[in-house]
Amino acid sequence: MSEVETAVITKVTRQTEQHEADNKTLFGFWVYLMTDCVLFASLFATFAVLHSNTFGGPTAHSLFSLPYALAETLILLVSSFTCGLMILSAQNKAKRLVLIWLGITFILGAAFLTLEIREFSDFVSRGDSWRRSGFLSSYFTLVATHGLHITMGLLWILTMGYQVLKRGLTRITIRQLTLMSLFWHFLDLIWIFIFSVVYLISGGLNI
Amino acid sequence: MSKEGLISVHNTDKASYKAYVTGFLLSLFCTLLAYLLTVNHVLSKSWALALVIATLALIQAVTQLTLFLHLGSESKPKFKLLVFSFMTIVVFILVAGSIWIMHNLNHRIMTPKQINTFMEKQDDGGL
Repeated sequence: MSEVETAVITKVTRQTEQHEADNKTLFGFWVYLMTDCVLFASLFATFAVLHSNTFGGPTAHSLFSLPYALAETLILLVSSFTCGLMILSAQNKAKRLVLIWLGITFILGAAFLTLEIREFSDFVSRGDSWRRSGFLSSYFTLVATHGLHITMGLLWILTMGYQVLKRGLTRITIRQLTLMSLFWHFLDLIWIFIFSVVYLISGGLNI
Repeated sequence: MSKEGLISVHNTDKASYKAYVTGFLLSLFCTLLAYLLTVNHVLSKSWALALVIATLALIQAVTQLTLFLHLGSESKPKFKLLVFSFMTIVVFILVAGSIWIMHNLNHRIMTPKQINTFMEKQDDGGL
């Protein structure tokens, strides 16, 4: 066996090992996301059980503004899409594009969070906080848990932007970007159900 | 192994761009349709409409799961899919079970008025 061949084989083995390690990390993160799904499911169940216990306070129908919720939904959906474009650029090793898409995703995510906080503070200032009724407790818990995840996601985007700037697109940063994009897509997935169940079915249809 | 074999590990994404665009457009369509159906209240029965909206949400969820989160595209031991399936079972039991049980309890619990009439009845029988 020539030296070149040995070198190639070593390199191949190393790459396969690294690839498998990456897959393990990815799988571990996936398991985390699935347990997070169970967390959200229990909050959804709580909301489903409590959503008509308004205790003389506002009902979902009188409280929510559907156009406002639609705006939030569309912003988050677009940010999920730009996050996907970011990961494609990362795979094509286009560092500048990655930074641009990361920036856009961050701005959209921050816009979503701002809208959500404004909605919350609006409710609270009218006296309709989580202390008002069982319905509002379950609503705030469910939606704010999602909002907290979004906040964490935004922090993650920031740190990833810094890492890409500093270290470039290495195997490790690409792996972390992949995990981050999974997390962000997952949050959009959860929001679909919040939009449909909380805002449309409970708020819009008054069920 | 050839040199191409090494490089192709990362380069699988001519079709992926298409997947993201398709996923985005489908999601957009589902969201807007669900919104318009609700705002215009197209079906007279709210329950039927709620079912339609829930179906649209599920379609959108499956779209994003396959096209954004790449579920089902992994190679043979499909552990991701396995964990996902287990999660859906747990979620189903959790949500459907809670709603079922609590609905039943709500149904059986008596309002103060009902308790009064019940007690009055008992009194009648006793006296």
